[in-house]
Amino acid sequence: MSDLLAALNALRERLTEVPQADERRLRELKTEILGRKAGALTHILAAVPSLEPKDRKAVGGVANALKRDFETAFAARERELKRASVAAGDLDLTMPGRAGWQGGLHLVTQVVDEICEIFRELGFTRAVGPEAESERNNFYALNFPHDHPALDAQDSFYVGDGVVLRTHTSPVQIRTLEAYPPPIRVVIPGQVYRRDPFDPSHSPVFEQIEGLVVDEGVTFVDLKAALTAFARRFFTSDTTVRFRPSYFPFTEPSAEMDVRCQICKGSGCPTCKQSGWMEILGSGMVHPAVLDNCGVDSERYTGYAFGMGPERIAMNRYGVSDIRLFWEDDVRFLSQFARPHR
Amino acid sequence: MIVSRRWLEALLGRSLVAREVAERLTMTCAAVEAVVPVHQDLGDVLVGQVLETKPHPNADRLTLCLVDAGGVGGPLEVVCGAPNVQAGRKYPFAPVGATLPGGVKLERRKIRGVESNGMLLSARELGLGPDHAGILELDTPAAPGTRFLDAVPVADDQLVLDVPANRPDLLCHKGVAREVAAVLGGTVKLPEIPGGKAVGRSGGPSDRPAVRQSDRGVVDGVEIRLEDPEGCPRYIAAVIRGVRVGKSPEWLAARLAAVGQRAINNVVDATNYVLFELNQPLHAFDLARLRGPAVVIRRAKSNEPITTLDGVARKLTAEMTAICDAERPTIVAGVMGSAESEVSEKTTDLVLECAYFQPTRIRRTRRALGLTSESSYRFERGIDLLGMPDAMRRAIDLIVAVAGGELREAPLDLWPKPEQSRSVFLRPARVSHLLGVEVPRGDIERVLSAIGFVAAPKDERLAVQVPGWRPDVTREADLIEEVARLRGYDVLPDDLRPYRPGTVPDAPALRARSRVRDQLVRAGMLEARTLPLGAPDGPDAVEIRNPLSAEHAHLRARLLPGLVRRVEYNWAGTVRDLRLFEVGTVFKRGKGAPEEWTSVAGVLTGAQRPLHWSAKVPDMDLWDLKYHFELAVQVASPGALVQPLPTGVGWQAVVGEQRVGWAGPLEADAPRWAGALFGFEVRLSEVAPARPAYRPLPATPSVVRDVALVLPGGVTAAAVGEALRRAGGTLLESLEVFDEYRGPKLKGGERGVAWRLTFRDPARTLREAEVDQVIMTALKALEEELDVRRRES
Repeated sequence: MSDLLAALNALRERLTEVPQADERRLRELKTEILGRKAGALTHILAAVPSLEPKDRKAVGGVANALKRDFETAFAARERELKRASVAAGDLDLTMPGRAGWQGGLHLVTQVVDEICEIFRELGFTRAVGPEAESERNNFYALNFPHDHPALDAQDSFYVGDGVVLRTHTSPVQIRTLEAYPPPIRVVIPGQVYRRDPFDPSHSPVFEQIEGLVVDEGVTFVDLKAALTAFARRFFTSDTTVRFRPSYFPFTEPSAEMDVRCQICKGSGCPTCKQSGWMEILGSGMVHPAVLDNCGVDSERYTGYAFGMGPERIAMNRYGVSDIRLFWEDDVRFLSQFARPHR
Repeated sequence: MIVSRRWLEALLGRSLVAREVAERLTMTCAAVEAVVPVHQDLGDVLVGQVLETKPHPNADRLTLCLVDAGGVGGPLEVVCGAPNVQAGRKYPFAPVGATLPGGVKLERRKIRGVESNGMLLSARELGLGPDHAGILELDTPAAPGTRFLDAVPVADDQLVLDVPANRPDLLCHKGVAREVAAVLGGTVKLPEIPGGKAVGRSGGPSDRPAVRQSDRGVVDGVEIRLEDPEGCPRYIAAVIRGVRVGKSPEWLAARLAAVGQRAINNVVDATNYVLFELNQPLHAFDLARLRGPAVVIRRAKSNEPITTLDGVARKLTAEMTAICDAERPTIVAGVMGSAESEVSEKTTDLVLECAYFQPTRIRRTRRALGLTSESSYRFERGIDLLGMPDAMRRAIDLIVAVAGGELREAPLDLWPKPEQSRSVFLRPARVSHLLGVEVPRGDIERVLSAIGFVAAPKDERLAVQVPGWRPDVTREADLIEEVARLRGYDVLPDDLRPYRPGTVPDAPALRARSRVRDQLVRAGMLEARTLPLGAPDGPDAVEIRNPLSAEHAHLRARLLPGLVRRVEYNWAGTVRDLRLFEVGTVFKRGKGAPEEWTSVAGVLTGAQRPLHWSAKVPDMDLWDLKYHFELAVQVASPGALVQPLPTGVGWQAVVGEQRVGWAGPLEADAPRWAGALFGFEVRLSEVAPARPAYRPLPATPSVVRDVALVLPGGVTAAAVGEALRRAGGTLLESLEVFDEYRGPKLKGGERGVAWRLTFRDPARTLREAEVDQVIMTALKALEEELDVRRRES
């Protein structure tokens, strides 16, 4: 037993070697002392169970304490060496770091999400509806007259008798008004379809965001207020907006909202076709016929509605010149917008 | 609609600044998309007078002219090649240094050895017409040296007005002038017709004829029968005899040119003029070619043939209205006439038609024939039913002025069911109620009367008489819009006010889309968007009845095929590492409307991580696919089980018996250097995954044991894991596979799989012996149940 204690004492002496050891020597020391097969201390610990019970406790206590001390010393020296090697300057710190792939949302999704978030701040929830829609919901309940030129701008794909691929998100106005009582305060993002061939600014399929507010006492001032607030939050807080007359069968009065061109600030440039303004959205007070068609009392309730095209807005804001880039899914395009940036 | 600034000025009797007009119209009426200056590039051109001419010494066809262009240096010597140059006459003259249309700057140069100090110009060189046979002779009292544009009024601005579908009144200059007058001031009055007889506005035969509530009559020997009053509620006809068809006078041709219309002949030009002035399409046809002579307005017969003015032989249907003579159709009503009945050089007597055709009838007709004209465009939107007699009178005055002829009998006005102008009630309080600001009653009346509405108080309301040119105004809200726009939307405040929260919950479908998008973005995938239109994918694919092209004639039933095409597109751009996903709507044929739902799909190929100098980066393989698939399934279809496909390589996600997801290797048109391609697709459920429940963090140490096992053929890791779990009971906290070995150290069919087992008892420190005991039990169970034994190291 005293042999073992002596051996342990001798081993303890060797603790002083640890702080001087270089990387190689440290590896050797670890093997010599704590190595699983030939470690000196490992041997002693292995012998402990065969000792007399009273010795077992004494030797075991000392051996375990020594093991902890060695482990602590080894770990401390390892950390020291690691630091030293960095400080020693044998690393080229300009070498690139180890990366993972950067995922990202499609730019159009990002813009849709951002717009919906702003409207959430303004008290709107989101609603959805199907993409294959009845002519009734897509046109006639929205007060489109039958056989009227207003239908020309909405050239639609037919997928069944009286079933079209919706040409706008506005039919969800009808679905919402028929399913929920006022007050209604929703935005409706979604994909829409028009029979327009591809060109740099047209796509047969595109995204739209609709908005609908219906309650007692909702006025044109509320429309202007909400949409101006939206524009100033989406663009910059000093953005100038203007409202001018327009025509949609489902709103009366109708208004188009323009914002000062973000690129030329109004002096005229190719992006805004020299007008100094960018068309952002169409809007208006909900036509009483639409409310009546949905069983909402148009004398008691008034409301406003609006619709915008996130692709156009994204193109303006990010300087993307061709709408088809949104469909090509070239990762060199997609990854440009993957980095979080707002 | 192209609007000429000069034409507006003529109607308003005042000068206008095109930019200002554009701005005001845009803000109160309809958007002006562009202002195009016309002939304003002639600013350097002067009026020059040729004082004397003599032959060019070196060229027979050239003339040397002495030109007075008002310059201080006296007359200039100019070489001219035109045969019509004459001493004493005035011509447009460009001095040296002038910039000509097209941007060419004129330089002094020698022509056949003689220096020319400028240039006398032809109509074509000025951009004023095609004529290049000679220089343009000017008939002007202006002194030599006067700016050409001041002497000859050709400079104009075209305002390109985006006329909305509900505003037919803006399709003519009078209508636009009315709006301009309302916001900029002025009174709309039809300009005098140059050369027209200063006939008084009463007593002449062209004056407003008496309406006949009848469907037939005779005018100057021509029988008119209105057999289709539904398609043509009102028809006015006049006969003008003794016209001389020829070239239009300059002013008329110039007016039409200003709005982009080519002059044809004086009669046709006169009718076009009225079209663009008053929005009344008119038709003049040759009386000599009219069998009967009669004009019959009737429904066409099925398959009745007509060759329209554009030279195309067409077949009519019974849904169309035709203007016929005693025998056959001569005009597709409201759309286009036939070559046969058209006014020609030989025409002396003509029938002038001024009609109102039912808008939807015209719309269906022109769509069925695929034929649009200025007339059909206007009839489809609704012309001024009440203003027709005025338009007819204007047309007659104009034709007589420019083509001669005589109206021997007042026009015949057939209107079987005359209509009065419509009245709409307006509650002034409702204007304020809808607009959100007080609008004084006086303002309302003033604004409405400025554009031709007549408002009369009736109780608390206003009875507002709607002019005939505003078929769009049918109810109170329409009048409120008129008030709002003419006062200007910009005068309204835009302060946010309190609102009541809505009753509609935020759509679970959109939350589900966001969840799965975020999950896959975090895993390093890029979101793609693929076109939902394409080739048929399976027998249930939804067909589009009127596709843009054959390759886009179906709705997608899955997202994966589209994503594979996008991978190929990227490969074509030599991009090798791709991780794309999409969340989108897919469709299949249903009863009635197609069924649609949201799907999530992803594709993976190329390196697992971006290239790094520290180690070689392996390519994505099946196990990357499985990981991404499981990530997607976790959130897209909570509770679904991912299991190997019954046959083949890949996995499926199942909920009960139903397969909701698939993952596996994919075929594609891959270049040699591309990595293997994998993909998955899951049906998106709106159900959110269960909310995580907090488990107390462990306060006791764990015991970790590695166990290497030999699995006979056919035994799966899942089965072994299951048995380990059972044997481990509550003490087994987790288990992970960390190694697999196949090779010569094992018998054929066998493989070695190593697990790392973590044991813990949350209440106390586990003893090694306990853990050993659990492992022994587990090994025993494995040996008995699966013939799995511990692998000797």
